[in-house]
Amino acid sequence: MSATDPSQAARSAPAHTAPPARALPGHGDSHRHVLVAIVLNKPGVLNRVASLMRARNFNIESLSVSHTDQPEVSRMTITLRGDDVAVEQAAKQLYRLIDVLKVQDVTDDPIVEHEIALIKIRADERHRGEVLTIAEMYKAKVVDLAAESLIVEATGTETEVDALIALLRGFGIKELVRSGTVVMSRGTGSIEEAVKR
Amino acid sequence: MGTREDDERATGAARHSRTAAAAPASTSEATARDRINHMPGAGTERADAISAGRHEMLTDTLRKQIKSLAERGLKRPRIGADALCEALLRQGVDVFFGFPGGVLLPLYDVLGDYPELRHILVRHEQGAAHAADGYARASGRVGVCLGTSGPGATNLVTGIGNAMLDSVPMVALTGNVVSSLLGKDAFQEIDITGITLPCTKHNYLVSNPDDIPRVIAEAFHIAATGRPGPVHVDMTKDALMGVCTAEHPETLDLPGFKPNFEGNFRQIKIAAQEIARAERPLILAGHGVLISDAMDELLALAEKAQIPVAHTLLGVGAMDETNPLELGWVGMHGWKHVNKAVQSADLLIALGMRFDDRVTGHVPTFAPYARIIHVDIDPAEIGKNVAVEVPIVGDVKRVLTALLPFVPEVEPGRRDAYLKELAEWRVESEKAPWHGSGSWRNGQLSADFVVAKIGEATNHDATIVADVGQNQMWTARYAGFRRPNSHISSGGLGTMGFGLPAAMGAAVGRPDKETWAIVGDGGLQMTSQELMTLVQDGIPVKIALLDNHKLGMIRQWQELVYAGNYHSSHLLGPDWVKLAEAYGLAAFIATTPGEVDTAIAAARAVDGPALVHFMIAEEQNVFPMMPAGKGLSDLLEEQFEEPKQ
Repeated sequence: MSATDPSQAARSAPAHTAPPARALPGHGDSHRHVLVAIVLNKPGVLNRVASLMRARNFNIESLSVSHTDQPEVSRMTITLRGDDVAVEQAAKQLYRLIDVLKVQDVTDDPIVEHEIALIKIRADERHRGEVLTIAEMYKAKVVDLAAESLIVEATGTETEVDALIALLRGFGIKELVRSGTVVMSRGTGSIEEAVKR
Repeated sequence: MGTREDDERATGAARHSRTAAAAPASTSEATARDRINHMPGAGTERADAISAGRHEMLTDTLRKQIKSLAERGLKRPRIGADALCEALLRQGVDVFFGFPGGVLLPLYDVLGDYPELRHILVRHEQGAAHAADGYARASGRVGVCLGTSGPGATNLVTGIGNAMLDSVPMVALTGNVVSSLLGKDAFQEIDITGITLPCTKHNYLVSNPDDIPRVIAEAFHIAATGRPGPVHVDMTKDALMGVCTAEHPETLDLPGFKPNFEGNFRQIKIAAQEIARAERPLILAGHGVLISDAMDELLALAEKAQIPVAHTLLGVGAMDETNPLELGWVGMHGWKHVNKAVQSADLLIALGMRFDDRVTGHVPTFAPYARIIHVDIDPAEIGKNVAVEVPIVGDVKRVLTALLPFVPEVEPGRRDAYLKELAEWRVESEKAPWHGSGSWRNGQLSADFVVAKIGEATNHDATIVADVGQNQMWTARYAGFRRPNSHISSGGLGTMGFGLPAAMGAAVGRPDKETWAIVGDGGLQMTSQELMTLVQDGIPVKIALLDNHKLGMIRQWQELVYAGNYHSSHLLGPDWVKLAEAYGLAAFIATTPGEVDTAIAAARAVDGPALVHFMIAEEQNVFPMMPAGKGLSDLLEEQFEEPKQ
């Protein structure tokens, strides 16, 4: 048996030269991922996706679903936190669903990313001007105005919307709704291309 | 190692989308045919007959044999239930296991018009699901079970989950209330598709009779193709009763279901290089080898490169245990020499297995010197539990076929020292826990001896179905398996009560083979009502009851891990001989080693089902044992000392 034989090493080598521990998948640095899933527009498909993510212990941060240009196909944008291996595992698990046509992790791809938020703010005439200035700086629109409140409609990336909300919080947010992130790849390429029927 | 692109392709689904070349396998005619021929035990007469049957199923020959209602001389309209029966016949179903109920009555009303479909009436729906499971594993065909709405359906769930965890092709049919009552909490209504969603490969709710032909065809295709699994079809009563005019589909449209059968060519070449370099390679053969019928290819690879083969619990039988390269069973209660071999290997070739925690133990200490080649048809299994160096997504048989030409013939003598060392470890490890005299302590009957005697008596050719617990571990260790799919065990879910009903299904699926159920007294008391099914339907299962008046594995853990704090592990059973006789089974008893052979022979001589009550030692444990949270190097072994008292 050669000197480099691993089993020989296992039995004779001192403890401090023991092999490094085998890495456990899914225990790396966790960060935000954006997955796009193209699915068949069948009853229960949202339930299947949500149920799978719950069962596999993935925590969805936002999920947005809508039709595509093809009536039988829907598109989901899922944001979640996890390490690369765990999110890849989530995507592979999604692939096991019969109604899922395609899953793509677009986190590191060139994409346009947007979400819409409606923010109802406590604002009478004393604060209205200030709110309007802040909204304008964030390219947000005022879509409803009442004596004591107004509704700001903001679009942008998740962080942009977060920043606007942080600024408006001081005035008193009465109600807040966010659509969840939707994304589209930049350039002529299409995520849906492979599944055009 | 390959390029990043290569890895991405082979790691499969998540990355597939990024490279055009990684599109899923083509669905041409040729692959469609091969896909259907996922037939365990290929080459045997029975398997050939099944293959021929399946082939016919796809041609007009069989379709012409499926008579229409008019040809059957019936004047009534064709309803959903007729379409279901026709669809089952078209899939080559000859038998299914079920239990009727209110919403299924339209189906049972027409069942008599289809005498080609044998319906076996079970005593509990869990038995139906396990029987379909055992049938599928023994025969390689899709097993079918049936339950009514509400409790009938929920009773099936354990068996469906069991099939899911062990990748068993099954179609579970349930009835549901009429569609107008769905969601109204009607009598015996439960959201069963919601319940089975996470424990099936796919499920359907059908409320239109015209959907039945398509859904059943899809269900069988999904259940049997790629990584097999259970598919559940829930049909409302009006779907079964309504007039059905839909034809059976010739082709299926499942754009989201395209398993990848062929392994990535470049990854396969890298795997061959790894094998050529390795000094201490070891194959880990799993259930996937049996499912993809890769036994010949496995043997060819092992012999060509002189690689010893270890197997998982569900991989038992992938290689004849008498082959010198067959090393044995790995894992928590596997052989010590096999676990040592894993811990000292420099290359693991994992084929159709999923690195279950019962195999790896504590992952950071698992196979510390080994690089890993992992072949599995399910991309989600790759890198799930253990990070691997060479991932290959594909069918084991096809990957091995492609791999073999690239694996160099091993130079004579290169493996001598390695194989000799393994052989030495083996002698020591096999001797230690074996009670060859048949006596454990103080002359008490030893379970390992009983199991080995059953293997011997049946010439290692019987289908042997284990229950769960100590009996399961003894069966896998000592019965001696030489025929693929002759060992059936509930691996993933570990379902007590599986043994008897699964053996019932196995006996129906492989009537040419003797079938034994090796069960404990705890598990048998969970599903013993199926004894009556054996008698009513004349299913010749021989039951070996290893009775220690204990939930043996619970007791073992309480002794070894919980400092002997025994709670609820002692249980009483009935007078088993009387019980069996009350059901109408022949029954025998053996309490000493000397009575074992006679009792087995007596049971085998019975034309029909029989039970042998083996009164085994109460406190015998299964050794070695890897304690939970520990690794394969931390095995507990039997201490040879008299029990305290």
